Amino acid sequence: MADEVVLLGFWISPYGMRARIALAEKGVKYEFIDKDPRENWPYLLQMNPVHKKIPVLIHNGKPICESLVIVEYIDEVWKDRSPLLPSDPYQRAQARFWADYVDKKIYEAGKKVYRTKKGEEQEAAKKEFIDMLKLLEKQLGDKAYFGGDRLGLVDIALIPFYSWFETYEKFGNLNIEIECPKFIAWANRCMQIESVSKSLLPNQHKVYEFIADALKKLGFS
Amino acid sequence: MADEVILLDYWVSPFGMRVRIALAEKGIKHEYREEDLRNKSPLLLQMNPVHKKIPVLIHNGKSICESLIAVQYIDEVWNEKSPLLPSDPYQRSQARFWADYVDKKIYEVGRNLWTKKGEEQEAAKKEFIEALKLLEQELGDKTYFGGDKIGFVDVALIPFYTWFKGYETFGNINVEKECPKFIAWAKRCMQVESISKSLPDQDK
Repeated sequence: MADEVVLLGFWISPYGMRARIALAEKGVKYEFIDKDPRENWPYLLQMNPVHKKIPVLIHNGKPICESLVIVEYIDEVWKDRSPLLPSDPYQRAQARFWADYVDKKIYEAGKKVYRTKKGEEQEAAKKEFIDMLKLLEKQLGDKAYFGGDRLGLVDIALIPFYSWFETYEKFGNLNIEIECPKFIAWANRCMQIESVSKSLLPNQHKVYEFIADALKKLGFS
Repeated sequence: MADEVILLDYWVSPFGMRVRIALAEKGIKHEYREEDLRNKSPLLLQMNPVHKKIPVLIHNGKSICESLIAVQYIDEVWNEKSPLLPSDPYQRSQARFWADYVDKKIYEVGRNLWTKKGEEQEAAKKEFIEALKLLEQELGDKTYFGGDKIGFVDVALIPFYTWFKGYETFGNINVEKECPKFIAWAKRCMQVESISKSLPDQDK
């Protein structure tokens, strides 16, 4: 019996992108249902009643929620190719630690950069964000990817936020390449990888336009 | 060469308790070091430079930080007995999902119970009870979230039970009345040796 794999997502969500990259790395055929979770979506509520959020992976009718839980699930089920986590338990713990760091820190810090108004608060937000990228640069070291020679869990957790960089830069008046050239070099290497670039990361400008529009509607300028 | 296992911890931390329970379940000999969080040791700062928090598990000189990551590490390294995660990938994903839910909901909402006042506290009480009821639903008829034995979710959640007296006193709620199944589960857990010997007394 063939596997039935469905992914509920929303094009702009970095969390959804993680699942899509993982599925593409493993060469898994799936149906992508792209919808704004703020709209009426009974199927999403049925599949993720606890958090009511995307992404949701549905494998042969059974839902898996939370992007990093989904990525680990994909790695375990389709374990015969393209491992996303290392096999050594200590290396696995480190990969999970840094993916968790991305979860805890990057989204919130980035949001502060484009949601706060110019001034002291925004300057503090910018510094915090850049400090985080620098810490990640240090963690990367001389490796091509966080996963070593290939994409791993941390690369997958982190690269989707790159599609939001134009937004952070324009709203925050930042030049990330100047501050963190190694980070941008890593991001560019990731974008060369088919599973990442092939229809998985929206054009950065599309993200910027979407956010600018949303902020305008909320009364920010 | 014998394993050297050290746990940097703080007695009242529910996150530290998770790691203590996991080490006890696996019967791992280790050195427990109590940290003074107002005066963190150089070893803690060296072993967890990113977050500077406990618990930190140090195995043969290498540090593992974040409680749920440490519990998974323990399960993977000492994998010959007392599995904490199921072997089936789907069941594993569900265990990780619910442990993540505990992380996202129970600690924050519980803390709001005793730090907020008035309307905010009432909202926190409602949210807290709803979270416990959802967990009761997930538990269903099982003895533990892990089935017949304690598992990942039980380990993630039971430490917060030691804070219930605090939540009840400061939050003015009666958890047993609202969520009897939850309390029944908690009491069953407290009968498990690795749990009872890892958790401080609620009154403390």
